[in-house]
Amino acid sequence: MRLQLRRRPSLVLVLAAVLATALALLTAACGSDDSKDAPAASPDTAGTTAPTPTPAKVTLQGDITVFAAASLTDAFKELGKAFEAANPGTHVTFNFGASSALATQIDQGQPGDVFASADSANMKKVADKNLAGPPVIFATNIPVVVVPASGSPVKAFEDLVKPGVKLVLAAPAVPIGNYSRTIFTNASAASGGISADFSEKALANLKSNEADVRAVLAKVQTGEADAGIVYATDAAVAGAQVKTVPIPEKYNVIARYPIATLTESGHAEVAAGFIAFVLSDAGQAILQKYGFGH
Amino acid sequence: MSWNRHVPGLSGPRLDRTAKTTVAFLAIVVALFFVLPFVGLAQRAVENGGFWDLATHRQTREALWLSLWTSTTTATLAAVFGTPLAYALSRSRFPGKVVVDGLVDLPIVLPPTVAGVALLTAFGRRGLLGEPIDSLTGYTFGFSTTAVIMAQMLVSAPFFFRAARSGFDAIDPQIERVAYTLGASRTRTFLRITLPQAWPALLAGIVLCWARSMGELGATLIFAGNLEGKTQTMPLAIIEAFSGSALGLDGAIVLSLILLGVALAVLTLFRAVAARGLRQP
Repeated sequence: MRLQLRRRPSLVLVLAAVLATALALLTAACGSDDSKDAPAASPDTAGTTAPTPTPAKVTLQGDITVFAAASLTDAFKELGKAFEAANPGTHVTFNFGASSALATQIDQGQPGDVFASADSANMKKVADKNLAGPPVIFATNIPVVVVPASGSPVKAFEDLVKPGVKLVLAAPAVPIGNYSRTIFTNASAASGGISADFSEKALANLKSNEADVRAVLAKVQTGEADAGIVYATDAAVAGAQVKTVPIPEKYNVIARYPIATLTESGHAEVAAGFIAFVLSDAGQAILQKYGFGH
Repeated sequence: MSWNRHVPGLSGPRLDRTAKTTVAFLAIVVALFFVLPFVGLAQRAVENGGFWDLATHRQTREALWLSLWTSTTTATLAAVFGTPLAYALSRSRFPGKVVVDGLVDLPIVLPPTVAGVALLTAFGRRGLLGEPIDSLTGYTFGFSTTAVIMAQMLVSAPFFFRAARSGFDAIDPQIERVAYTLGASRTRTFLRITLPQAWPALLAGIVLCWARSMGELGATLIFAGNLEGKTQTMPLAIIEAFSGSALGLDGAIVLSLILLGVALAVLTLFRAVAARGLRQP
């Protein structure tokens, strides 16, 4: 009898076991998802879903996900640790990327609690769909030209139009990519510009539209590109691998970073607490350390 | 041929039914997981409308054309260089062969972005070979269509090589020896005996390599960059559209559908050709 039992239903048993495991995993995954993103409202109904305030608590408690511009990577990682240290019941997870890509992710319903964008255009995209609360500017940054420390034909901003220069920018939708093109337009403006065709000539040297500011920096760090436009804070992170060529002030723009809570946040009070921390003296000190202004 | 006739555990009618039900249930779960994402894409494209405008957009056409011809070049080069090497490796016996086998498979494990960085360290402007080439001739691989093909090659060629190897491994060397004793030269034997037998495996390898090249993203972004008409293949155009290019998210979805549709058509065609090749003795 034992022999029979062993021999005959073996395949079925294996299949059943596989099935049971699969189901267990599925339910486990669903379960944990539910508990995490409690008000999982669809983007369409987002405007009407107010974040449910939990009963008054002395201390902040909960996990939040912060969608932050790629240029904030290093500063926000430190900020996150400092925030967690100040609020032991919290945990901050970051999702860094081009603000434009983050805006798309938020629009597509990726669960998150805070959005820190490198420009107002991408914050507006999210806010216009009622996916984010009112934004506050928390930092500023200055675009600069970076060149490989090992040598580059670009010694000054005007050299960007030299024939044969390998120029790399972020894609036009990415904040720094948009700022870069605005700077070129300013430099070719009829009155007081370098030359009328500056923008056209500089863009003719464009070799790649990178996904975010850090990808531009990497192309310069590896020496593949002769020049790229990033933020002053990114140039500082790269250290001795790159040299900075300043952009004349009259053509340059100032990048302003807005931050806002996301409407679908499951931990609105922690999200608000994080933003308050970013705006606090302690938070601003960390941002300043990395070269951000306010 | 029916496989269950030879499996003792599946012989009873009652068990047969249980097994069938289980398999059917598993199939539904698996099908849902693999089919639903594609249904979602198609549904979203229909919902958004404007499919034709996005599909015929200049950026879409350029990306599709670039993807098609670079992938085909990669698969062809992989077959031309890989077939003799796969055959040699299949037939040779030497100490440390296991290590060589492992090394050949290594790029399959490598994350594509790492493959891109690896390419930079070798062929980049400051790379082992890239630097002397740059200083001697002024030529750089980066940001060129050649770099796109190189990135695809490093990531996809192992798939061809693997398939070709197992194809040659499956052929009894005894048959080749018989051909030699009958006076056939090594080349003639390879072309007339070995190659026709290994053909289905080689074809499968070419298809795999081509398909993997069509989907290549990470290594291309790192090593070749992203510029319309030059290095922007379909996956790169999709990623750029996702992060907000002129095509937008709707464009990303339409481009994905086109990529899938074209790939499906080519894969089906290849499969049909391979099946015909198999039926012929």
